[in-house]
Amino acid sequence: MSSIATAEVQNGAATTPAVSNADDYRASEHIVRVRGVKRVYKIGEVQVHALRGIDLDIKRGEFMAIMGPSGSGKSTLFNMVGGLDKPSDGTVFIDEVDIAQLDAGELAWLRCRKIGYIFQTFNLIPVMTALENVTLPMIFAGAGVDEQMEKGKRLLETVGLGDRLHNKPGQLSGGQQQRVAIARALANDPAIILADEPTGNLDQKVGEEIIQMLKRLNKESGVTIITATHDDKMYKRADRVSIVIDGEIQAVVPPEQLGDNTVDGFLAQLKEEKDAAAIRDLETAAEVTATNAAITGEG
Amino acid sequence: MAAMTSGTARVERQISLPFKQAFRIALRNITIRVGRAMITGAGTMLGIAFLMSVFASNLMLTARGVEPSPAQAQKAAWLVAMSLLVSFVGITNSMLMSVTERYKEIGTFKCLGALDNFIVKMFLIESGLLGFFGSLIGSIVGLLFVIVTNLGFVGAFNWALALLYMLACIVLGTLLSVGAALPPAIRAAKMQAVDAMRTEV
Ligand SMILES: Nc1ncnc2c1ncn2[C@@H]1O[C@H](COP(=O)(O)OP(=O)(O)OP(=O)(O)O)[C@@H](O)[C@H]1O
Ligand SMILES: [Mg+2]
Repeated sequence: MSSIATAEVQNGAATTPAVSNADDYRASEHIVRVRGVKRVYKIGEVQVHALRGIDLDIKRGEFMAIMGPSGSGKSTLFNMVGGLDKPSDGTVFIDEVDIAQLDAGELAWLRCRKIGYIFQTFNLIPVMTALENVTLPMIFAGAGVDEQMEKGKRLLETVGLGDRLHNKPGQLSGGQQQRVAIARALANDPAIILADEPTGNLDQKVGEEIIQMLKRLNKESGVTIITATHDDKMYKRADRVSIVIDGEIQAVVPPEQLGDNTVDGFLAQLKEEKDAAAIRDLETAAEVTATNAAITGEG
Repeated sequence: MAAMTSGTARVERQISLPFKQAFRIALRNITIRVGRAMITGAGTMLGIAFLMSVFASNLMLTARGVEPSPAQAQKAAWLVAMSLLVSFVGITNSMLMSVTERYKEIGTFKCLGALDNFIVKMFLIESGLLGFFGSLIGSIVGLLFVIVTNLGFVGAFNWALALLYMLACIVLGTLLSVGAALPPAIRAAKMQAVDAMRTEV
């Protein structure tokens, strides 16, 4: 357990002992904890606040969907959780380890063993065959050649590409490439799979297959899946859905709560509520000012 | 299976792959893109062939018993300088291109758990191999060209000195290749993985 997490527990213990236990329990239950994460991109003089202080807990074995309009910061959040980029502020804990404290070698180990990445654009190595792509992370993990071959083939069979071992990405369809990417993400039995819009470049039907495959993996092997998506079909399969707007988490809800709403529909509804609240605040403020003015006027 | 590995809350340090492994991957990288490697190697080859032919024709002048005039000596020196420049530009350009066009791949490698020093090592070996074989072939081609065009004077040709020039050319070609590939490789290896993946060439 990291020192910061311990400190939190101790703080809790100082006030209410019961909370300490609850904290302790929660610490082991959550595989990812994001605390106050901000990311500011500087482009010349302009500052883009991609993330404005994200707090998010993800349970071990959970299927978490992250939804939000384009540019809301989903990919940025992914890069933070996956240790691919550093937050400007805040902390990401993976298994209670603050990943900002890791040195390059430990970070590489984390990326290699603990996290599997799936990208919208597949990101396979174009010159390598499907099997070579899948065995690459195993090479970095130091696996023997026999083990690599055996496991690589088995993983490609799992994703239904047992007959495409020696095809290069260019000879595969988009859906097949993404399945190679899934097999590659599973190469070192990760605890977490991060999938940034895995169905973004695929048509509806193929996208559905990919979603089902991820769901199956999640159920069968208990791997935690965190996926950003615009896909209405995807969030319905998730255990929970986080809504990100303008670099902030607006809500974390079970998918049933979204009802038959599409993502866009729900976002519109949420925005309406937010605007309504803002107007109410404004009106209250105006009333207060008016009352104050009346009082001062009278006085 | 996955849930079990996540039971340990500790983070270990990634193993550094042995040189042999890096060499194997580098060699594989060259053989799977033979066409591209040939083009990159050809840059080195042409530069070194030019340089070697200049050296060899100077030797050939001596073999012919021609005592170069000061003007001729100056011209020869100028040619050497020119061919050095051509080698330098040709080699650095082709190497630079071959690394920068693979930034996205480097980012992906990092995502999959490659250490920075592995990436640098891989490019060092790749560029070293391409540079060595490119300049080996280049210096042979350059020498052959001069020999074939001066067949009558081969008897008095100073082979020992020619061999020495060849060796110098190979060392120079290899060093230039590695030297050109290394800075961009180090830069890419040090980048955050996302930045490397996003880099468009
Ligand atoms: N490297 C970068 N440099 C500058 N600004 C960036 C960079 N990456 C992202 N941004 C900005 O940060 C914000 C969030 O971007 P991000 O890619 O995280 O959005 P997203 O939610 O993933 O969008 P999409 O659904 O389109 O993928 C955007 O305003 C974007 O312009
Ligand atoms: Mg995105």
